[in-house]
Amino acid sequence: MSKIMVFAQLNGGQVQKVALEIITKARSLGDVTAVVLGQGAAGQAALLGQYGASRVLVHDDTAYDQFLSEPAADTLGTLVETEKPDLLIVGTTYDGRDIAARLNARLDCGVITDAYEISLEGDNLKVQVPWYSATTIVDVTLQGGITRLLLVKPKSFAAEPLEQPLQPQVEQISAAISDSARRAQVTENVVQKSEGPRLEEASVVISGGRGLKQAENFSLLNELAGQVNGAVGASRAVVDAGWVPYSYQVGQTGKTVKPSVYIACGISGAIQHTVGMKGAKYIVAINTDPDAPIFKFADLGVVGDVLKIVPALTQEIKQRKG
Amino acid sequence: MNIVVCVKQVPEPTGTNRLDPASLRIMREGVDSVLDPADEYSIEAALQIAESQPDVNITVVSMGPERAMEAIRRGLAMGATKGVLISDPALAGSDALTTAKVLAAAIKRENPDLVLCATESSDAYTGMVPGGIAQHLKMPLLSYAKKLQVSGGKASIERQTESGFQKVEASLPVVVTVTGSINTPRYPALKGIVQAKKKPVDQLTAADLGFSPDQVGEKGAKEKVLGWSPAEQRKAGTVIKDDGTAAVQIADFLAKLKVI
Repeated sequence: MSKIMVFAQLNGGQVQKVALEIITKARSLGDVTAVVLGQGAAGQAALLGQYGASRVLVHDDTAYDQFLSEPAADTLGTLVETEKPDLLIVGTTYDGRDIAARLNARLDCGVITDAYEISLEGDNLKVQVPWYSATTIVDVTLQGGITRLLLVKPKSFAAEPLEQPLQPQVEQISAAISDSARRAQVTENVVQKSEGPRLEEASVVISGGRGLKQAENFSLLNELAGQVNGAVGASRAVVDAGWVPYSYQVGQTGKTVKPSVYIACGISGAIQHTVGMKGAKYIVAINTDPDAPIFKFADLGVVGDVLKIVPALTQEIKQRKG
Repeated sequence: MNIVVCVKQVPEPTGTNRLDPASLRIMREGVDSVLDPADEYSIEAALQIAESQPDVNITVVSMGPERAMEAIRRGLAMGATKGVLISDPALAGSDALTTAKVLAAAIKRENPDLVLCATESSDAYTGMVPGGIAQHLKMPLLSYAKKLQVSGGKASIERQTESGFQKVEASLPVVVTVTGSINTPRYPALKGIVQAKKKPVDQLTAADLGFSPDQVGEKGAKEKVLGWSPAEQRKAGTVIKDDGTAAVQIADFLAKLKVI
């Protein structure tokens, strides 16, 4: 049986959903050991068992929350060296990427980023990766070494609990965190709250781009979102311009969303954006430019002015709801 | 203070990259290549530090084919002090692991206080190189910076997170990755472009940095491509021109999907 180690990252003491998605996939590949580092680690074991972890290694230490990447990379590196799993799988989050990059260098192992299908038979690893903004699916493998490192983006797999949860064996990690790993110190955490459902979870996403002309016009999207219980997203251009926070960004360097309906408002549909939203079941696009690439794959495309159509749509929905 | 900025020459990112079916690498023939726009932010960040304090040297480092010299020249035209180009046929086909190793070896020679990188390149998007460099150079990594301040032997950043941002700091030397919201990169002035041609650029091979040809490039890469297929593409639906009824038509569509 293959040994799969999954780094189950915490966010505010809770295991991140991407970890449950990865464990769901990993349980079909072999025996799953989840590693949880940070405050509240031990409390997550039962949840991880529900998704298929048979063993949970925990280290409840504040250093993982206070210092970037090095404490977690050190602990995981030592674990991999002693446990020698066949795969170490990490979720593609900001922290996950930093930690994986350090592990890649430390372990001198290969890494596959953005794995979206994984098969492992004996020693034969085959991973499917979308390349070139998901226009090409490439089958890759990693050669050499014992442990292979994979990164998996959120939403690559569905998180499905087992009908019969496992009761994982919980083990405390004893390794101390060295002073040399306590260098990049987090002095403050700022959470920028947005109303309504979270972008990654919402069944309706309304995204805005340059076509909104100015930051203030994002309020039109908020009003529409309020009527359909949707979340508001954005293209990279307007995030870089500072109209909305980074947490709004959908696309290659932002979030991947898979809502039932994605309404693109004033977004041309650059490939770096569409890679984050084309998993939507239906796409509605509003854009003044009839040649905008987004019309090539929108289910309903409207050539027109977002600044007129969006408020009219909000009004229309309000009326229909009575 | 010595600042090193890592840059990369990439296929024009607004185009669609294609796989060369023969080499299974990025198709570079017949495609315009440019300094990765993501790197312009790190060069600009370095220039702003140099303008706010005395005695700052900015070295632009790139590993790539000969044409990566264009990326270095662009960085020099923006105002960097000198360049280092690591170019060697033996390096062709290197993966992120090797790239980080080779870049780290070249950066070390510059005795840097600060290493600046983009969070990821706009062609391969692995994001594995900056963290790898930090690990090899035994430096802390301040990543995803949307603000950067360097003073008193310390770097402080605002780091973007899934739900907002966090303030993070570390003593120099440090590796920092910057996002597109950190600044507005300047456009090189004509004077800068002329001066750039006279600025020194060191040219290094893999051997100069202590790597044998079988450790790097295609031979040293752990990642192997087995095969590929085009991804399934979505098809176009209905496109209408707004005649004043667009809002009603969209509402009808949403009603059909039971969103409203």
